[in-house]
Amino acid sequence: MENVATQQSENHEEEAQHPIGVYLKVWILLFVLSFFSYMVDYFDFQGMLRWTLIIVFMLLKAGFIMAIFMHVMWERMALITAILGPPLLLIFLIGFMISEGLYVFGNRVDYMGRPAAAERIHVADVLHHDGEETMEEGH
Amino acid sequence: MSGESLSLSGHAKTVVEDWSSDKQAFNVPWGKFMMWMFLVSDTFIFSCFLVGYMNVRRTTTDPWPYPSEVFALELFGQNVPLILIAIMTFILITSSGTMALAVRFAHFRDKEKIFKLMLVTALLGASFVGMQMFEWSKLIAEGVRPWSNPFGAPQFGSIFFMVTGFHGIHVTCGVIYLLVIARKILRGDYDKKGDYSIVEITGLYWHFVDLVWVFIFAFFYLW
Repeated sequence: MENVATQQSENHEEEAQHPIGVYLKVWILLFVLSFFSYMVDYFDFQGMLRWTLIIVFMLLKAGFIMAIFMHVMWERMALITAILGPPLLLIFLIGFMISEGLYVFGNRVDYMGRPAAAERIHVADVLHHDGEETMEEGH
Repeated sequence: MSGESLSLSGHAKTVVEDWSSDKQAFNVPWGKFMMWMFLVSDTFIFSCFLVGYMNVRRTTTDPWPYPSEVFALELFGQNVPLILIAIMTFILITSSGTMALAVRFAHFRDKEKIFKLMLVTALLGASFVGMQMFEWSKLIAEGVRPWSNPFGAPQFGSIFFMVTGFHGIHVTCGVIYLLVIARKILRGDYDKKGDYSIVEITGLYWHFVDLVWVFIFAFFYLW
């Protein structure tokens, strides 16, 4: 059994040495994914669609960087669980942040009399008035 | 004590085997494992920054600035949104690619190629830092400060300078680290033992810097 295990890990090391094509493909893929996530901003998608697309492209990019570039794909499972296990706890931190954030925001609106939805400021409006830069109108 | 009696299969079985067979649990060079542990702890630092940022952004009643407008550049008479950040992203990905190739050539102990690829990686990293300096100067000239800015919520400035600054320090350290190791490789410091695993360890750090940028790009610049 042990022999099989070592044999497997040796095979994995061999795999890690050979695939120059894999690196180039992942490289191109990361370019394409970055281009897509830039397009999300360029085409000005808003709301749930924007956030979903951003997170999907982000996770795909992070996954490929870790799996291929950082060789996680070819590591033993014991190391992979040690690396990826602890950060999973961050899901709880994010969950607490969301619920606490909603509560604090509600308090500020209710008790401090702040607007629930403030008008966002366009950069062109600010810089145009200062006369620092000339930007085209209508942006 | 083989895994068979546990009726586990595949990857789960290898974990049990590695932890229960009275040997070193992680079958990698210790330097590589220590780098991984450092990166895991660094993950928590950056996560604290990003979670803190999201909390601030959710709770402020001031309007958040439009990042794509703040980071727009005027190119050929047109205002292109977020273009500098997009270029920086492509540069960092490219540097990750050249680093991955350097790690690959470390398996063949090809000193010349390792050195050249690590040098290219370091140069790309340095140009990334240069562009970040340009971005900082541009924003400072426009009046963005850690305590206020003309485009909306004052927290925007503090988060921007802290998160990108901390990432920029990581890139700068990475460039120095790459140059030091590349020189040692070329000088033949690792030939006595024939152990080139340092290239992979340096690579892990560099890919991590790229990885962090993926999250900053998504949550700070695009969100």
